[in-house]
Amino acid sequence: MILGMNPLLLITLFPLVGVVVLLLLKPQWKAALRWTALATSLLTFGLALAVLSLFNRADGGIQMELNLPWFTLAGSPIAFHVGVDGLSILLVLLTTFLTPIAILSSWKSITDKIRGFMIFFLLLETGMLGVFLALDMAVFYIFWEFTLIPMYFLIGLWGGERRLYAAIKFVIYTLTGSLLMLAGILWLGLHAGTFDMVQITANNTLTIVQQLWLFAAFGLAFAIKVPMWPLHSWLPDAHTEAPTAGSIILAGVLLKMGAYGFLRFNLPIFPAATLQLAPWMAIIAVIGIIYGALVAFRQKDAKRLVAYSSVSHLGFVMLGLFALDAQGISGAILQMVNHGLSTGALFLVVGFLYERRHTRDLDAFGGLWKVMPVLGSLALIVTLSSMGLPGLNGFVGEFSILLGAFGSSALATPWIAGVAVVGVILSAVYLLHFFQKLFLGPVMHEENAGLKDLSVREIAMLAPMLVMIFWIGLYPKPFFALMTPAVDKLLGILQAASVAMH
Amino acid sequence: MNWTDIFSILPLTVLLVWTLLMLLIGLFLPKRWTAVHPILAVLGLAAAGVTLALQSGQSLVGFGGMVRQDGFSVFLDALFLLSGGLAVVMAPAYLKRIGINTYEYYTLLLFSLSGMLLMASAANLIIVFLALELLSFPLYVLAGIARPRVESEEASLKYFLLGSFASAFVLFGIAFLYGATKATGFTEMSAAIQSGQAIEPFLIAGAGLLLIGLGFKIAAVPFHAWAPDVYQGAPSSVSAFMAVGAKAAGFAALLRLYLMVFPGQAAVLTPIFAGLAALTMVVGNLLALVQTNLKRLLAYVGIASAGYMLMAFAPFGNTAVRADSLASALFYLLAFALTSFGAWAVLLTLEHADGTGLSLTNLAGFGKRSPLLAAAMTVFMLSFTGIPLTLGFWGKFYLFRTAIAGGYTWLAVLGLLTSLLAAFVAFRVIQQMYFREGDVELHPSYWTNFVAIFCALCVVVLSFMPAQLFELAARAVLGGA
Repeated sequence: MILGMNPLLLITLFPLVGVVVLLLLKPQWKAALRWTALATSLLTFGLALAVLSLFNRADGGIQMELNLPWFTLAGSPIAFHVGVDGLSILLVLLTTFLTPIAILSSWKSITDKIRGFMIFFLLLETGMLGVFLALDMAVFYIFWEFTLIPMYFLIGLWGGERRLYAAIKFVIYTLTGSLLMLAGILWLGLHAGTFDMVQITANNTLTIVQQLWLFAAFGLAFAIKVPMWPLHSWLPDAHTEAPTAGSIILAGVLLKMGAYGFLRFNLPIFPAATLQLAPWMAIIAVIGIIYGALVAFRQKDAKRLVAYSSVSHLGFVMLGLFALDAQGISGAILQMVNHGLSTGALFLVVGFLYERRHTRDLDAFGGLWKVMPVLGSLALIVTLSSMGLPGLNGFVGEFSILLGAFGSSALATPWIAGVAVVGVILSAVYLLHFFQKLFLGPVMHEENAGLKDLSVREIAMLAPMLVMIFWIGLYPKPFFALMTPAVDKLLGILQAASVAMH
Repeated sequence: MNWTDIFSILPLTVLLVWTLLMLLIGLFLPKRWTAVHPILAVLGLAAAGVTLALQSGQSLVGFGGMVRQDGFSVFLDALFLLSGGLAVVMAPAYLKRIGINTYEYYTLLLFSLSGMLLMASAANLIIVFLALELLSFPLYVLAGIARPRVESEEASLKYFLLGSFASAFVLFGIAFLYGATKATGFTEMSAAIQSGQAIEPFLIAGAGLLLIGLGFKIAAVPFHAWAPDVYQGAPSSVSAFMAVGAKAAGFAALLRLYLMVFPGQAAVLTPIFAGLAALTMVVGNLLALVQTNLKRLLAYVGIASAGYMLMAFAPFGNTAVRADSLASALFYLLAFALTSFGAWAVLLTLEHADGTGLSLTNLAGFGKRSPLLAAAMTVFMLSFTGIPLTLGFWGKFYLFRTAIAGGYTWLAVLGLLTSLLAAFVAFRVIQQMYFREGDVELHPSYWTNFVAIFCALCVVVLSFMPAQLFELAARAVLGGA
C-alpha cells in the first residue's frame, strides 16, 4: 500500500493526475507545462521504484494484486484486475524510466501545442502501464487499444513530413491485429466463462485445435506490434515520422507490448500450440533478424536505419521467447529492456543531430567526433551496446538468448540459433556503418563544422541510460533474479503441456 | 376498451393529444413566437416520459393483445423519447438559419415519434402497419420541409416513393402471414405455427417480405439505396432524427415479430439474416470509405451499424442466446443513438444557410477552431468504430460476443474486420479535423453544442459504468415470448 492505495492502481492512474493539472494550465505557459509533465513522469518513476521495493523476488506469482469487480456482462464478470509479476515488473520500470527521458527530449524540439503533446504523452504512459499490469482480458484490450489514440496524435500532429501517412498506417496495422485478438478474447471469454487471465491460465481446458486458432488470433496482434517479419512495414514509417520522444517510446515500450503479449497470453494459455509452433515462430524470428539487419544497412536515413535495427533486435527477443527454456525466455525479457535502452538512446542521438541540422540523411554528416566529442563518445557507447559488445547490456541479452536457442529442446536444432548468430555479425556491420557515417572521417560539410556539442540537459537525458547500459552489462544478476521465479513458473506450464502431449 | 387498454398506450396517448394541441396552439400564436414551439415539444416529451416511467417494470397487454407494453417497449420508448428530445433541442437555431420557421416541424416530428412508440409495443401485424405509416408519413413531409430547396423536395419524393414501395412489401407479407396462420396477432400466429397448422411456404414468404419491407426502414443492404440520398437532401436535423428513429422503429418491429413468432423457422431465416448482416456491414463500411460529403458519410455509417445490429439477432432461434441477442441489439441501438445524434449535431454547426459546408474537406482546421466540438466529433467517430472508452466499444463487444455465443464466429470475425474499414472512415474524419490546416466557418449555437457535448459525455462517461445500461438492456425482455 502506498498512500492507502494499491500501488499498481496508483501508478496506472498517476499520469492522469498530471493530465488534469495540464488541462488547468494555460496553453501559453510553456515552461509550466513542460515541468508539470516532467514532474509527473518522474513521480511515476518514483512510484515504480516503490513498487519494485515492495516486490518479492522469490515469488513467481502475481503480486500486489487488485481485483475490483466492474460489471457482469451476460454472466461473465469483468473486473479491473491488475497485478505485477516477474514477467511485467521490468517492463513497468522501463516504461516509467523512459517516459521522463522522452519528455525531456521534447523540451526544445516541441514548441507548438505543448499542452496537447504532454497530455497525449501522459495518457500514453497510463495506457502502456495498464497493458503491462492488466490481468483481465477486457481491461487488457481496453488499455491496448487506448495506446493507439495518443500515439496516433503524437505522430500525426508533431511528426515529420509524411506524418499523415505514417500515422494512419500505424493505426490500421495495429488495429487489424487487435480486432482479431478481440475475436479471440470474446471466444476465450465465452469458453471459460470469465475474462480473468489468472483463472483462465489456471483452469485451462482448451483442446489443441482451439489453442492453435487462438494462438493465431492473439499471435497476429502481437506479431504486428513486435513487429515480426513480414508484418513490420508500419514500423519504419512510424518511427521515422514520429517526433524523437515518440520514437523513443514507440521503440522502447510500445513494441515490447507485442512481445509481452506472447509472454502473457500465447505461452501460458496456449502452451500446446506454442510447443507445436515454436520452431516456425523461431524461423520467422530469425528471418526478421537477418532481413532487418540487411535492410538497415542499406538505409540512407539515420532514423530509418535505427528503425530497421529494431526489426532485427526484436527478432532476437522472439527467438528467445520461442526457445522455450529458461535462458531463452529470461534473455528475451532482458533484451526487451536492453533494446528499450539502447534503441531509445540511438533515437536520442539521431534526434540531437536532427535538432541541429534538420536532416537525418547519413550523407549529410561525417567527422562529427571532432566537432562534438562528447556526443561522439557517448554515441559510440550506445552503438556498441546496441551491437552487443561484451561488458555492455546488449551482449548479456543476446548471449542468453542464443544460449537458450542452441540448447532448446522445443526448437530441436541448433541451426536456427546458428543462423541467428549471423545476425549478430550483421548488426556490427550496419551499426558501425551508422557510426562511421556520422562521426568518423573528415568533416565533409561546412554546416557541420560549427555544431554545438551536447548541453547539460542533453547529457542528463543520456546519462541515466548509459548507467543502465553499463549496469546490466556488468552485473545483470539482479535483473535476472527479478524474473527467474516467474519464468520458472511459465516453464512449468509448458512442461506440463509437453508431458500431456506425449 | 377499458382502463388497462388506455394505460398500455398511455405515453403514446399523451404525446398524440399534446401534439394535436400544439397544432391548434400554433394556429393562434403570432408567427414571431418561434421559440415557444420547441419548448412545448420538449414539455410534451417530458410528459410522455413521466407516464412511461409509471409503466416501467410492468408487463401490460392492451386491446386484446394487439399492444404489449413490456420491458422491451419501455426501453425502446425511452430511447425514442430521448431521440425526440435531442432532435427538438438541436434544431431551432439550425432551422432559423436555413429559413424554416414553421411550428409544423415540431408537430410532425412528434407525430412521427408517436408512430415509433406504437411500433415498439405493436404485437399485431395490423398495428405494425399502422405504426409504420404513422411514423413514415410525417417523415416524408419533414424530409421536404425545406421546401423551396430542390434537394429537399427530391429527398421527400424519393423517400415517399421508396417508402410506399416498402410499405407495399410489408402489406403483402402480412397478407401471406394471415393466409398461413389465419391470424395477425403475434400470440395467435405463434400458437398456430406451434400447433403445426400453419402453411410453411406462405410463412416463409411472408416473413421474407416483411423482412424486405422493414429492411428498407432500417436501411439494410440491398434495401439501403434511399438512405444517403434522403439524408443528404433532407434538412440535417430531420436526417439526424430519421437516422436513429426510423432505424430503431424498424428494428423494434423486426425483433418482436421474429423473436415471438418465427423461432421455429429459424433454420431457414437465420442464414438470410446472417447474409444480410454480412452484406450490410461490408457494403455500408466500404461505401462510407469513399464518401466526401459528411451527411452521406454518416448515412453509410448508419447503414453499417444496421448490419452490426442484424448480426446480433442472426441467431434469434437459438434459445440459449436469445436474451443476449435482444439485449445486445438494444444496447447497441442506444450507443448508436447517442453517437449518431452527437455527430449530426456537429454537422448542424458546420452547415451553412445554403446547405453547403458539409464536405469532408470543410473539416480542415476544425480542431483548432473549436477544440471542444472537434473532440466531441472524435469521440463519435471512435465510438462508431468501436474503440475502447466509448459506448460504441461495449456495444460491439456485446454484439460480437452474442454472435460468437450463437455459433456465428465467422460473422463476428467479419464484423471485426469491417470495423477496420470503419476505422479508416473515422480516422479520415479525425485527420481532416486535426492535421489539415484550414478556415472552417462555424455556426455555433448554445443548444446544438449542448447536444453534441451531452452526447459525447454520455458516450465516454457511460463507457466507464456500463453496468446499469447492460442491466437495463437485459431487463428489456419481451412479454409473452
